[in-house]
Amino acid sequence: MAIVAQSSKYGQISRTLLAWIVGLLFFFPIFWLVLTSFKTDADAVKPEFLFFFTPTLENYNNMTENYDYWRFATNSVITSVFATIFALAVGIPCAYSMAFNPTRATKDVLMWMLSTKMLPAAAVLYPMTFLTKSLGLFDTHFMVIVVLCLINLPIVIWMLFTYFKEIPKEIIEAGQMDGVNTWGEIKEILIPLAWGGIASTALLCFIFCWNEAYWTVRLTTIDAATLSKLIEGNRAPEGLFFGRLSAVSAAAVGPIIVLGWFCQKQLVQGLSFGAVK
Amino acid sequence: MGRIVLEQVTKSFGNTQVIPPLDLTIEDGEFAVFVGPSGCGKSTLLRLIAGLEDTTSGKVVIDDQDMTEISPSKRGLAMVFQSYALYPHMTVRKNIAFPMRMAGMSEEEQNKRIETAAASLNLTDYLDRKPGQLSGGQRQRVAIGRAIVRDPSAFLFDEPLSNLDAALRVGMRLEITEMHERMQTTMIYVTHDQVEAMTMANKIVVLQAGVIEQVGSPLELYHKPRNKFVAGFIGSPKMNLIEGAEAKKHNAETIGIRPEHVVVSNTDGLWKGTVGVAEHLGSDTFVHVHGIEGCDPMTVRAAGDATFKHGEDIYLTPDETQIHKFDAAGLRIE
Repeated sequence: MAIVAQSSKYGQISRTLLAWIVGLLFFFPIFWLVLTSFKTDADAVKPEFLFFFTPTLENYNNMTENYDYWRFATNSVITSVFATIFALAVGIPCAYSMAFNPTRATKDVLMWMLSTKMLPAAAVLYPMTFLTKSLGLFDTHFMVIVVLCLINLPIVIWMLFTYFKEIPKEIIEAGQMDGVNTWGEIKEILIPLAWGGIASTALLCFIFCWNEAYWTVRLTTIDAATLSKLIEGNRAPEGLFFGRLSAVSAAAVGPIIVLGWFCQKQLVQGLSFGAVK
Repeated sequence: MGRIVLEQVTKSFGNTQVIPPLDLTIEDGEFAVFVGPSGCGKSTLLRLIAGLEDTTSGKVVIDDQDMTEISPSKRGLAMVFQSYALYPHMTVRKNIAFPMRMAGMSEEEQNKRIETAAASLNLTDYLDRKPGQLSGGQRQRVAIGRAIVRDPSAFLFDEPLSNLDAALRVGMRLEITEMHERMQTTMIYVTHDQVEAMTMANKIVVLQAGVIEQVGSPLELYHKPRNKFVAGFIGSPKMNLIEGAEAKKHNAETIGIRPEHVVVSNTDGLWKGTVGVAEHLGSDTFVHVHGIEGCDPMTVRAAGDATFKHGEDIYLTPDETQIHKFDAAGLRIE
């Protein structure tokens, strides 16, 4: 009789339990954030009102009435969308070239691009600030878009590169034999074939842009300020008002969580692509 | 018109030269087959002609025009790939229409050519399907259809039947041969299968390590192989190559005799051996014989209904008029 591996019932229960514990641990900060957003600032710091309290919408009302939440949200949408579009516009041809016409330097270039993500942002803060101010681009949508695009470009190119490598080169060559030029190859063959990968990359890039705080806080004041700036603006000299801060934070991350929920399949694919053949 | 000339073409990948200087002419209307073992450079040569690889040096001349620096799409050639390389996101109709659309052909002309190609390839009922919904043979026909509608000066086939099962391969082989008879267009076909080469080509180019060993018609290569490599490569089962005393008797370093040119007997003959494995094909029986000096095992052909027992004695007599002789360098001695 063939020997077949048996999985124990207890092993399965333990794994399910562990998965739930890990999931809940990851979810807990978001849960706590949302819960705290419905408490007053006073209740937010009192242990007796941990889970049982009188909920209030005063933090959310305060946010929309006194802090013009929709202006910050609009700026976040504009900068994230356009930064993603520009990152893809540059990343797709770049990844195409590396995937289908590699040279000896291709691997080194890819590693170099990734290495720029290890650069501490603080190291270039002053040069960037001087540059934006001297060009008259401080607190402009344009500058925020350019910065968000550039800091996420390495990830976008890497992800697209790994997706494009999965496309058989023969299909591209068939296109070349059929008379298509380079842009035609990208438009008629590559993008339709790699659409799922491009969508996953765009989604991840959008999320990274939305969540970016370091540069958006330091390169904007009012006009181009995003939700990160709104959250940062809730730090008062008197201390942290957890109720208000939680409401603003929840309103800032809420849209991206909803987007992530609906696109979780594409997100998982994007994050794990290439890990399993 | 589809005359293709390669003049002193070389190809190197880094410091490795895979094709030393090579000259080859394929005349208009010929069905040329590049054949050789894996890694011999036959696909690389095809890709150099197609323009999918750049030559390191030398010229690729198509219809008297130097196409060495010209992109693949402008060489007037069409290629059928081993993996078909169909566009999976397009229907069969759109796959076939694609090169015509890229050439800016009118929709009316496109549809006319699609219908004609589909009818000749039995694809009319599948035009609205996607490649994923087709069988291997159907996909191969779509790939051929996509090539036909381009009306190229030459077709290039890169091991197109490798991914098909044996029965389908035989059928497609006939279809491609008939297509050539009908269209009289130059075809260059790459394969490692010498049976495909022998049955389809009117010119065979045998390659080894990037070097052309011999160019000729199938029967020319079969009856007069230029060297030991060609002798052993062409013909199935392969030619028996015998070295040692038996070869010396014929004033050669090596002699060769094809399985079908050896008479088999249970009683007497020039060479005595023992039966190893007997392969019964029905029409023929191929017997692998051990104990023949200078060639072990030797393969011989016997009648389809002949029976052999493993280990029994067997006597072989070669047809002296069919013995091929080779010198120390492996070259044919006339």
